[in-house]
Amino acid sequence: MTVAYMQAIAERYKAIGYTPYRWFKAEEGPAWMPLAKPLADSRIGVLSTAGAYALGQMAYHYKDDTSIRRIASLTPAAELRFSHITENYLKDARRDPDCLVPLTALRALAADGFIGGLADEVFSCMGGVYSQRRVREEIAPALLAALRQQKVDAALLVAM
Amino acid sequence: MCLVARHLEAHGIPTMCLGSALDIFAAGRAPRATLVDYPLGHSTGKPFDPADQLDIVRAALAGLQSMTRAETITRLPNQWDTQGLWRADAMRADGGDARQPRDETPQFQHADDRAAARASGALRD
Repeated sequence: MTVAYMQAIAERYKAIGYTPYRWFKAEEGPAWMPLAKPLADSRIGVLSTAGAYALGQMAYHYKDDTSIRRIASLTPAAELRFSHITENYLKDARRDPDCLVPLTALRALAADGFIGGLADEVFSCMGGVYSQRRVREEIAPALLAALRQQKVDAALLVAM
Repeated sequence: MCLVARHLEAHGIPTMCLGSALDIFAAGRAPRATLVDYPLGHSTGKPFDPADQLDIVRAALAGLQSMTRAETITRLPNQWDTQGLWRADAMRADGGDARQPRDETPQFQHADDRAAARASGALRD
């Protein structure tokens, strides 16, 4: 059995008196784009929604921050930081960033040829944005442009 | 995340969502998803366990090639612990304050990060 997060978090916020968070509920099925070439030839892009930033970059703020960080994929784990409205889930990632932004694993998979390559820059934003309109109109198009610029064949999206 | 995945997929980029909340992936109808049944905050593995992290990331990426139908969600066999006691805590409705105030001030992890951001020019105040 898996944890019913939407129900648990909704009840918790209600008890505390927070504005309810509305998760996106899709009415229609998604588009489908098959991988155009074998994984071993594919350049992989990455998004983390855990509010990751590299040392020297701006942290996120907690009121619908829709900004995106471009993080060099060679960034050492020791230089990765996190700020996210639900900071309580970041305890381990702040000690070992590879729990949420797996640059070490991705570099290893690129080095041994499991994937064709890793984009030069990976991206992060902060999930937990209350405005679905702003996700649709700001975050999604900005990421599409960023991933296209990185010429990726597919993208791995890592939730918090 | 599902909104973003659907947007990318609709514009020609195959996506794989990786995370630990099955209900959120199912509601958002992600094109492809890989479920790691761990407490939130460990989507790519246990802390200081590089073998677990590599295993999870490899499995998620493999799904990009092996999944053939939209809305497929693959659940990985990885277990957080042998008893699964963490689930009861994660489901508690009376859990502690699980969210920070919605504030427009940048929330740096360390005070030193603020100095580094100022030094690089990212932060001007």
